Amino acid sequence: MESVSQWWQSRSLRDRIFRFCLHVILIVLGITFTVPMFWVFSTSLKTLGEVFIVPIEWLPREPQWRNYVEVFTLLPLTKFIMNTAKVTALGTVGTVLSSLLVSFGLSRLRWRWREAVFALVLGTMMLPGVVTMVPLFVMFSKVGWVNTHYPLWAPSWFGGAFYIFLMRQFMLGLPYEIDEAARIDGASTLRILFQVITPMCTSAITAVAIFSFLSHYNNFMGPLLYLSDNSKFTLPLGIYVYQGRFDEYWHLVMAVSVISVLPIFVLFWVGQRYFVQGVQMSGIAGR
Amino acid sequence: MLFSLYLVTQEWSILSPPEFVGLQNFARLAKEELVVVSLWNTSFYTFIAIPLQLAVAFVLALALNQNIKGRGVYRTIFYLPSITPAVASAVVWLQIFNTDYGVLNNLLGIFGIPALKWLWDPRLAKPAFILMSLWSVGPSMIIFLAALQNVPTEMLEAAEIDGANAVEKFRHITLPMVSPVVLFNMIMGIIGSFQVFTASFVMTGGGPQNATLFTVLYIYHLGFRMFDMGFAATLSWVLFLIIMLFTLLQVRLSDRWVYYEMG
Repeated sequence: MESVSQWWQSRSLRDRIFRFCLHVILIVLGITFTVPMFWVFSTSLKTLGEVFIVPIEWLPREPQWRNYVEVFTLLPLTKFIMNTAKVTALGTVGTVLSSLLVSFGLSRLRWRWREAVFALVLGTMMLPGVVTMVPLFVMFSKVGWVNTHYPLWAPSWFGGAFYIFLMRQFMLGLPYEIDEAARIDGASTLRILFQVITPMCTSAITAVAIFSFLSHYNNFMGPLLYLSDNSKFTLPLGIYVYQGRFDEYWHLVMAVSVISVLPIFVLFWVGQRYFVQGVQMSGIAGR
Repeated sequence: MLFSLYLVTQEWSILSPPEFVGLQNFARLAKEELVVVSLWNTSFYTFIAIPLQLAVAFVLALALNQNIKGRGVYRTIFYLPSITPAVASAVVWLQIFNTDYGVLNNLLGIFGIPALKWLWDPRLAKPAFILMSLWSVGPSMIIFLAALQNVPTEMLEAAEIDGANAVEKFRHITLPMVSPVVLFNMIMGIIGSFQVFTASFVMTGGGPQNATLFTVLYIYHLGFRMFDMGFAATLSWVLFLIIMLFTLLQVRLSDRWVYYEMG
């Protein structure tokens, strides 16, 4: 292994300057990107007085962990968290199951209108949410689902176009021989799906699960439109309410923000590889 | 979808049964000043934010493509902001942009720049949103990174043997090979930007003086505050058509500059 000085001398001057500049740029940008998040966390631990000091202090004198306790008493934060968990869990499970079923039908089975249906599914993906916002609300109010959690997770059980697309592309890459072999062995179609294909799709399933989780967790407009009872709110809506009611109490609003972001950070920490893989898969599949 | 089309021909305020008004809603499109305002706001935001986002994401991806230490850390730092709930981001940036106590003005103050009103100044509000949007370039960056890593090294090596320098290699090999991905990010970005809602709803409510009244926000306002469902539906179809138009336009023009390996 060459020594440091050998390495240093073997690089041209140009290369060294390039690498140095690169590091500088990355560090500067890295700090810029991190500043907001650091500031949120730091502010969440300040006292009210410390928040409004000019010039700002970056670190609280003494971390006020009790802020985190206080935010639970001011508004039904526990309820918000439970609601969010319920909606997200139901929605994500629904999405994964339905997209597995539909994309299987669209890729592994052969039937007359397969391509037409797929085109239709793709078409709905291109429709901006805003066009269906109003009619969906009307539909849901007619069946009495307004001010319930149903509109937030039930539609996922019928499939989401993006996830179906992703899974289908992925499934198309799997060899047909496996299906045929299973059929020869006497497996029914449903069995083929669940016991043969699904285990092969784990990376696609993980990607769909992650994106669906994020999408349900972060959903703001849905709860905004459909929920009017305070006790039914989800976290995003809860943050908004906090902002509205306690907007001078920055430290509290920041504490709520940190709480809401925590599960996602943990998920990312654990499953980083899958996140990146999922983004790449959707990006490449989206071509 | 069909119901939405039907709504376009009605005037309806949820509270009472719909009234058929035919194509009157279309005529209103031309009369209501806020329609043009909201479309202008949305377009301004989209067509400035997207090129900037693409540039930043691409530069970051290029940087991360080099063999440097700490790539994983940087990748995490740049990607994390994009998965935070939009509401949380909005609330945080609301305070960052605060005129007196915000982080941004404090930092600018160090360089001697006077405090700017950002979200409370009609001229600075949209640039503020654009600035904020640059924070979430994570996913685009990762997609670009994947594309960059897919550029075949044999080609680069062959070019180097033929005497190409770094700039030439970039222009003639790297860029064309990643052009389909650039197109993808651009199309997805524009579709997404045209529908900006949460941030403007939480942070400014459309102000100051309607400077951040984006179209989706306006539609929400029309439908759920003014209960003017028919007109809201009309406007949403207009937005849809505009998005479709731009998407098709981009796909058409892409033949000129996008290079596909399969031909």
